[in-house]
Amino acid sequence: MHTLIRTEKLSKIYPNGTFANKSIEFTVLEGEIHGLVGENGAGKSTLMKMLYGEEQPSAGQILIDEKPVSLASEFDAIKAGIGMVHQHFMLVPSLTAAENLVLGKEPKHPKSRTFDFETAARVTEELSKQYNLPVIAKARVADLSVSMRQKLEILKALYRGARILILDEPTAVLTPQETEELFVELKALRNHGKTIIFISHKLKEIFQLCDRVTVMRDGRMIATHKVAEIDIHQISNEMVGREVRFEVAHPPFAPGAKALEVRDLAFVDDFGIAKLKKVSFALRQNEILGVVGVDGNGQTELVEIITGAQRALAGTVRANGAEITNRSPGYIRHHGIAHIAEDRMTVGTALPASIEQNILADRYWDRKFSSATGFLKSREMSAYADTLVKEFDIRCKSAKQPVASLSGGNMQKVVVAREFTASASILIISQPTRGVDIGAIEYIHSKIMEMRGAAKAILLVSSDLQEVMALSDSLIVMHEGEIVAYFPSAASVTDKELGLYMLGIKRQSDDEIRKVLHE
Amino acid sequence: MIHFIAGVVSSSNYWFIVLRSTAPILLVTLGAVITAQAGIMNMALEGSMLWAALVGVIVSAATGSVWLGLLAGIAASVMVALVLGFFALKLDANAVLSGVALNLVATGGTVFVLFALTGDKGISSSLPSKVLPTLTIPLIKDIPWIGKVVSGQNIIVYIAAISVVAIDFILRRFTVGRRIKATGENLDAAKAAGIDPIKIKFFTLVISGILAGFAGCFLSMGYTSNFTSGIAAGRGYVANAAQVVAGGTAVGSIFAALLFGLTDAMATYLQNIGMMPELIQALPYAVTILGFVVVTWVRDRRENERKRKLFASAATKSATKKEKLHGV
Repeated sequence: MHTLIRTEKLSKIYPNGTFANKSIEFTVLEGEIHGLVGENGAGKSTLMKMLYGEEQPSAGQILIDEKPVSLASEFDAIKAGIGMVHQHFMLVPSLTAAENLVLGKEPKHPKSRTFDFETAARVTEELSKQYNLPVIAKARVADLSVSMRQKLEILKALYRGARILILDEPTAVLTPQETEELFVELKALRNHGKTIIFISHKLKEIFQLCDRVTVMRDGRMIATHKVAEIDIHQISNEMVGREVRFEVAHPPFAPGAKALEVRDLAFVDDFGIAKLKKVSFALRQNEILGVVGVDGNGQTELVEIITGAQRALAGTVRANGAEITNRSPGYIRHHGIAHIAEDRMTVGTALPASIEQNILADRYWDRKFSSATGFLKSREMSAYADTLVKEFDIRCKSAKQPVASLSGGNMQKVVVAREFTASASILIISQPTRGVDIGAIEYIHSKIMEMRGAAKAILLVSSDLQEVMALSDSLIVMHEGEIVAYFPSAASVTDKELGLYMLGIKRQSDDEIRKVLHE
Repeated sequence: MIHFIAGVVSSSNYWFIVLRSTAPILLVTLGAVITAQAGIMNMALEGSMLWAALVGVIVSAATGSVWLGLLAGIAASVMVALVLGFFALKLDANAVLSGVALNLVATGGTVFVLFALTGDKGISSSLPSKVLPTLTIPLIKDIPWIGKVVSGQNIIVYIAAISVVAIDFILRRFTVGRRIKATGENLDAAKAAGIDPIKIKFFTLVISGILAGFAGCFLSMGYTSNFTSGIAAGRGYVANAAQVVAGGTAVGSIFAALLFGLTDAMATYLQNIGMMPELIQALPYAVTILGFVVVTWVRDRRENERKRKLFASAATKSATKKEKLHGV
């Protein structure tokens, strides 16, 4: 098999200074299914965007058939035979499958030059049959199932002559049955001579489908393996492992009363996939409860529902005895919940607003900062912001500076400063140190421990296994929208064992899991 | 009152006026439909109409040819649409705000030009402008009642009817129609398919400019025989509401425009029996906005209903799956 794609020292630095790809040496052989794994933010998407011409490399080059190519746009990529199936489908809902397939390259009636729908439908059906990817050519895309839309996207790429297909987390929107179906179809495509790059962070899928796998972490390529020659634990270590081991001093664990109680929480996303299936747990004061799981197993939805960003289909959330299910984020905050959002750029902060405005966003109406007549007291506000900037060690020129100009670590400190001073009794903390430099990580960890000491109840969600294990008192493991294990003492479990639960290989009995309710 | 309305509605004269009042609003609604389908709101339709109405009058008066006047009017209207395109698509300005700005320029600008040429700020009656001809349709004119309604209308009324077919063809039969839809519905999908969205949007702007040009010229050279200040009377704005009532289709535009035309024609009659003219003149606009509200409300409810069903089916699906999993 010869080398189809090769990258040489490919690097990408975004204008905001994010070093998304560092000297990537990525090789894809012709006719293989090549898995690309890594946590969110590991640089998978950036690498693929460069291969598809959506982003330009800052350094290095891409070679196809050992010849250097310049992919300035999607068109160049398509011309080079690269097709991409995006996570968000590039389809027009009100047009039919056939019309979508030929969009931009439409067949026309030879005489009238009008659109030739019959030919478009025929082409669609022929391609569909040839590659065994069933779609209904004459149905509107709005009426097609998600899995059929995905097949249509693959066919679209093939219609445009793709020999290399990039699939960006294709299984995220599929049910397990549909996923199996897709895998059969993808293997058939490989047997047709197509080359497939399969992006995922579900290791199980890599082992079911891929011939080789490349692991990425923190913008670097860690290794490429033949799937047959390694085991799941090794990849898992390569994926989440950090060089630094976290040493966090743990004062003795003395849990208090129940603060947050979640019962039978259920949620179904827009694609009709059940993301949460009857999730129940209780969180106590003085406790850090870690939520462990591979990304995409319901953790995000769980946090969104607790904090009011998403509506639950069923179930209840109680904070300090008050029901807060499906209430507004304002109401929920008022009932003692603070939240460090997993995405500080879109949810955690308002980027163009200043540090001061971000810090005061949830408290500017306080009498300390605004008068009874509704005027803001700017002197008090900036004095307050300056104190917090000092207290939380936010490195900036002034608190008037926009948050967008800060580094990831300092941006996160702004969020931490606001949420940890919100006088909430419950802290929902999501990915507190994702993409944050080591100095800031240590600082944030020590602050979290400080909060635990101050009798707060803390729910900690992180895809960094080392981090959760180092900080948490107790752990729950989520897999496919369910809690599959509860460990009352985080110290007594190893990462290897957690891995088995994270991947759905092991599952505790219902009685053991129910203990997390502390009844 | 009811007797009076019944009497009016059965007269052929009423329906003649209905067609006449519907034509200009139909033309601009079609213009609003095609741009909205491409994902850009042409808020400058009002300005397009105003300039077309004035330039048509001036050029027809200067050259003595009504056709040159019409052509120049349309050119002026397209020009406005292109300027909007330049602001919104090339300079990335907000399309609605740019449109409103262009309308304000047109409101003042047309009066200024009129005053500079004639010394009158209100009406162009001192200019010897021409009027677009009316057409008598053979055979149909002899059919009792219907002949009186359909035949003998101004040529623009027939052009409006033909435009419906033309726009319907563009949107549904030609490849460009699919590209327009793709651009409006999923910009990224259009780009990924190699379509240039800016080109498509400019194309629809030009078409809407031509349609608004016909409508504007009709107002000053057919519907009435002069340019008066503010002659478009908000029709360009109403068109964007009517476009929603039309549901984005050419045929739907007929109904949306008729809603306006029917009340507009009725208003002329009601005025004659001494109802408050200010109130009556507001009627067609109020009815169109009401139609807009009702259509949006119904559509939202239908969409919510669809989502709820999807939700319910997904919930039962996952429930049965869980049962299978645990052997309940």
